Amino acid sequence: MSGVEGFMYPNEIALQWSVLIVLYPYITGLVAGAFILASLERVFLVEAVKPTYRLALLTALAFLLVAPLPLCLHLGHPFRSPEMYFTPHSTSAMAMFGYVYLWYLMAVLVLEIWLDYRRDIVLLSQSSKGLLRLIYKVMTLGSSNISPRSLAIDERVGWIVTLIGIPSAFLLHGYVGFIFGSIKANPWWSSPLMPVVFIFSAMVSGIAGVMVLYMAITKLRKQKIDMRCVDTIAMYLFYIFIIDFSLEMLDLIHRIYEADESFRSLNFLVHTQLYIPHIVIQIFLGTITPIILLGITQVVKLPEIARKRIYSVSGCLTLIGVFAMRWNVVIGGQLFSKSFLGYTTYKMSLVTREGLLVAIFLTILPLIFLWALVKLLPPWPEKSAPPRGYPVAAAD
Amino acid sequence: MNISRRQVMVLLPAAAVAWKYVLAGTPEASPNYKMSEHWWSMLIDIPKCIGCGNCVRACQTENDVPDGNFRTWVERYHVSDENMTNPTVISPDGGKEGFPVATEDGEKYFFVPKLCNHCADSPCTQVCPVGATFISPDGVVLVDPKYCLGCAYCVQACPYGCRYIHPVKKVADKCTLCYHRITQGLTTACCEACPTGARQLADLKNPKDPIHEFLKTHSVQVLKPQMATGAKVFYNDLDGSVR
Amino acid sequence: MSGFKDAGHLFRFAGLFVLAFAVFLVVRHYVVPKSFGQYGHYRGAAIGEIAAHPAKFAGHESCEGCHSDVQEVKMKGKHAHVNCEACHGALIQRLPAAPQPAPNLYRRLLALVIPPMPVESTFVRHADDPGSVIPPLPDTAVLCVRCHTASAAKPKGFPQVDPAEHAQGLACGSCHKPHDPGMNAGGAK
Repeated sequence: MSGVEGFMYPNEIALQWSVLIVLYPYITGLVAGAFILASLERVFLVEAVKPTYRLALLTALAFLLVAPLPLCLHLGHPFRSPEMYFTPHSTSAMAMFGYVYLWYLMAVLVLEIWLDYRRDIVLLSQSSKGLLRLIYKVMTLGSSNISPRSLAIDERVGWIVTLIGIPSAFLLHGYVGFIFGSIKANPWWSSPLMPVVFIFSAMVSGIAGVMVLYMAITKLRKQKIDMRCVDTIAMYLFYIFIIDFSLEMLDLIHRIYEADESFRSLNFLVHTQLYIPHIVIQIFLGTITPIILLGITQVVKLPEIARKRIYSVSGCLTLIGVFAMRWNVVIGGQLFSKSFLGYTTYKMSLVTREGLLVAIFLTILPLIFLWALVKLLPPWPEKSAPPRGYPVAAAD
Repeated sequence: MNISRRQVMVLLPAAAVAWKYVLAGTPEASPNYKMSEHWWSMLIDIPKCIGCGNCVRACQTENDVPDGNFRTWVERYHVSDENMTNPTVISPDGGKEGFPVATEDGEKYFFVPKLCNHCADSPCTQVCPVGATFISPDGVVLVDPKYCLGCAYCVQACPYGCRYIHPVKKVADKCTLCYHRITQGLTTACCEACPTGARQLADLKNPKDPIHEFLKTHSVQVLKPQMATGAKVFYNDLDGSVR
Repeated sequence: MSGFKDAGHLFRFAGLFVLAFAVFLVVRHYVVPKSFGQYGHYRGAAIGEIAAHPAKFAGHESCEGCHSDVQEVKMKGKHAHVNCEACHGALIQRLPAAPQPAPNLYRRLLALVIPPMPVESTFVRHADDPGSVIPPLPDTAVLCVRCHTASAAKPKGFPQVDPAEHAQGLACGSCHKPHDPGMNAGGAK
């Protein structure tokens, strides 16, 4: 049989979960990470990262809107997916997707964005024309109350929402880690560390993603990048990266040390088919290199231009590295036989429903959504209402 | 035992009447079959299997199993005494047309037929997000093709590799222990076709079933016992090298 | 109380949730299949639907009902416990499927998202209507070697030969009677 080495159970030869299932945790990881960055300012009062606060929320929303698409496209019967809402099976981690997603979308992200932008939305509903005016009017939910007291209430409620949003973000992405981590049949996946590793690599990817987006969009808008903001983000990225790397190394070392019955098979896999995706891309290019680069900026005082370059390169390498991590978990876990006697290959198709073109499209789509959101709800400090906590001036 | 032509003429309409209840979706109401009286399992006698592939072919015929997927299959093990943890295993087209002739080389060979183990604590039913796969009250793990989403989570969760996604129906599929046969007093297609009696359907709730005596007097194992799946397919004389 | 006046927009947002939840409950009542939860977290009617599939293999007892003469011969020989259909197969004749509507563009697009259910093939069985399905006589030259070709992998006690050496070009049926194949006890031809 082509592509098979050794022995595989006959039904295992073709992979079940394709590149779309690699994309899904990557996307929700970006959502969770972007939200954590936003919460740094809102809850932990790291004022330096304020310029990215609104952008981080819009980024999270743009990616969250795309998140169900790879799942639906992968299902054999996408139109039966409402069954997950009507009859969720309480013993299945996957069943909580519908409710966790809806909770996070509506009760956390949309609510927080709405509360933070409400003053702008009301003002824009009064100053716009045509279709846009209608859209803004609908978004006000019919209330044009932007008195100081109402905004103060928004502020307080928004703080609570963000506070609840942090564990919600962990749940949104952590449950994906549990989906893999709880499968005793697959030793590459089965581990209590899996949800934790997923969450920390999500934070790393989300923070790096917002950092790169902020720098790129600000450059495109020909504005000045707030270096204090970006330096602070890079610092948090560095420290969270250390934790993430430690967790991944712990899993690896533990696996090598215990060397259980699956070890010989997995070890062979990592040295052959997974060598480039795992060792080269995920570990060296995607983790160690950005950590070293960011580490340099933490100990040596470099000029602004050097820091910008390092942050851009590290951010991009991180994003690639975290994608590789998802790939290695999802695809890697299906490349070896559960008999530990053989291996298969993943033949990614090009133009089918689960092929490469669809995957590329789904990676670009959130950026298109983000563009639309940025146009609809500008996140830039110089364009929005005066900062929170300040007395509100008359509408301009 | 011999059933005469006359007896068949009587039994068939009675079965048809019972059938009406089964068709109505309430096998419980069928006068001849009560789910609560059965707890189905299977016994595989390794020393008797000759690797003829009859079972694989019969299953494919009976259940319209698509080519390239297998509800049951046979593996051939070639084990050297110096390296028991690394056997050579083949299963050409699931063993459907038998196996190539093995040359005598002084090492151990045997055949292992495999199928869904109809686990009492099945990990596959645990992970189904919507309740499309389940264990019936009489111990058979089934898939509801009208409810299944085709997410393949159950396929990932099965430690034995017995599930697949049907290429046309796009739902999960696997051995049903020929539920449509065993509920009307027949045996499974694979057991019917096995020429040596290596495969035997067993009903653990039936006190007269020969499996009770067999389990008491033979060394019997299930596959991957460390997974604690409550597997109900019992293997006689299963070698330690079997994965 | 005045606090609520300035929080009116929050109640509107919450109101959306309540409305959506109410709609969800109503839809759920109509959409979830009635037999769901009957025996467990699944559609109870599925059990009956699966059990209702027509069986293809008739089972040896069904064959013996009509072919008791063959059964008497087989009972005495080495193939006593080899079921009839193990060699003769399922003995069914599949009937032509109902004509499917032509695949126009709409159906092809729909098939991308909703997989069309394959039509269950119908068939007639020799066991139900012997005249409708005339079973082909198995070719012993092909049938017997599947089990009886010697291989180091087969159990040592199982009767096996090298077909080329043993039969020297003859079909197995030239010397062995399939229903009672032993050469010594009256099975020889």
